[in-house]
Amino acid sequence: MAEGVAVKEAKELTVVKGVTCPFCGVTCDDLEVHVVDGKIKDVKNACVLGKDTFMHHLEGWATPRIKGKPATIDECIEAAAEILAKAKYPLIYGLDSTELNAQRKAIELAELIGANIDHTSSVCHAPSLQAVQTVGISSCTVGEVKNRADLIIFWGCNPAEAHPRHPSRYSVTAKGLFTPKGKKDRMVINVDVRPTPTTRMADAFIQVKPNSDYEVFSALELNRFTKFQCAPMRGHGNVVGMAQVLTWQTGYPFAVNMSRGYPRFNPGEYSVADLLAHREVDAALIVAGDAIGNFPAKMAEHLQSIPLIAIDPKESGTTKVATVVIPTAQAGIAAGGMAYRMDHIPLVMKKVVDSPYPSDREVLERILAKVSSMKNGGNGAPSPASKGRG
Amino acid sequence: MSERRFTLITGRTTKQGRSIHLGKEATEYLEEISTLQMNPKDVEALQLKDGEQVRLKTPYGSTVVKFKKGDIPQGLIFVAYGGFINSLVGPDTQATGMPNTKGIEVEVERYG
Repeated sequence: MAEGVAVKEAKELTVVKGVTCPFCGVTCDDLEVHVVDGKIKDVKNACVLGKDTFMHHLEGWATPRIKGKPATIDECIEAAAEILAKAKYPLIYGLDSTELNAQRKAIELAELIGANIDHTSSVCHAPSLQAVQTVGISSCTVGEVKNRADLIIFWGCNPAEAHPRHPSRYSVTAKGLFTPKGKKDRMVINVDVRPTPTTRMADAFIQVKPNSDYEVFSALELNRFTKFQCAPMRGHGNVVGMAQVLTWQTGYPFAVNMSRGYPRFNPGEYSVADLLAHREVDAALIVAGDAIGNFPAKMAEHLQSIPLIAIDPKESGTTKVATVVIPTAQAGIAAGGMAYRMDHIPLVMKKVVDSPYPSDREVLERILAKVSSMKNGGNGAPSPASKGRG
Repeated sequence: MSERRFTLITGRTTKQGRSIHLGKEATEYLEEISTLQMNPKDVEALQLKDGEQVRLKTPYGSTVVKFKKGDIPQGLIFVAYGGFINSLVGPDTQATGMPNTKGIEVEVERYG
């Protein structure tokens, strides 16, 4: 090429094997992604949700902008850092559809600016995580489920629609060491307030009244008869990862407040729903999540009234109204990293294609460096611990 | 105007999970998150006809959605997670951090 010789580039097919799907908490790690000329052409082994995650990853891409006007990534990072450096009681939220190193950077940033940091576990699994904090959890890996479990109870969950490969890889038709005949070696019970597609693969369906699970659980006394393992069916690809990182760094899995320079945990006070409903935070950074699109109206209302930064590969209800929008390379597709499966097993997420945008981790790193220099006159020294509200 | 109280359940569906990748403003996505499932007997009791819309109301707000007959117990209605049900959900978390998005009491009436 350098000599000016025209070389006809062959359209070579690259098959990337052992790809981890970033979409749901099952994080299947056996996908095969077919890439031609830097574009994803096909995905093997994935469920419909996973396949669409890869095949449509270019649809609805976000663009960099400040107050609705096009801007460069550098300008957006500068604007975001200014907002966060000025904020007295900021919120960092989202983080479950990204990878572990971006999550670590977000926690570092929260510490630096004395932020409240929370993630989607808060609005999806807050009571279950509090139960785990209080009494612990008797759990197991999905590998153990596949090899040993002869009785599966799907309680208030619908894996047929939300985790399509969970039944075939681990819990219903999967054949394991002590379950060689797959479904024939298992009894599958579905407990829910309504029949769902999951009901069709169950041997029995028990319909309970809405909001009566506690009473039914108490009456059943499951562990009186055998030893049950409990496994929350987690939604986002790396929701467990965020809870893991937050717990090993701060001691708490969600709703963490850093305003005194050390972590404090109080769901109901530092949880995103309550912080927004009480109109407490004065700036917000939303990473890889659509807070506005998913939150109750009153919470979304406050988010729209404060300086709001959205870091996301795609346009959403949040990017539409955000003060600063920073598009990124989608974790697990255009950026590598780590993710935790729903049973707390860490898996490598691969980068299968390039993106013109930086990764979540890089953007957070750069914001962190900017905020650090703004707060410390450019010397990069750690900020004094107590400053904000207590 | 016939108006009845129902219990609203929200959750994920395959269609919602697939179409979300087309973008939050994609027709397929909006279609899925704005369609309510109701027991055929309840549809009859509310005298709803195909193609009509219903208004859902809670103390926090209201929203208008389409309906379709579904395999769901009488007295319950289901709508997939998304922007249409957000106005119905209150921000109170009873100190758990989690807003109540399942088992919400709603008033349902024919709209238009």
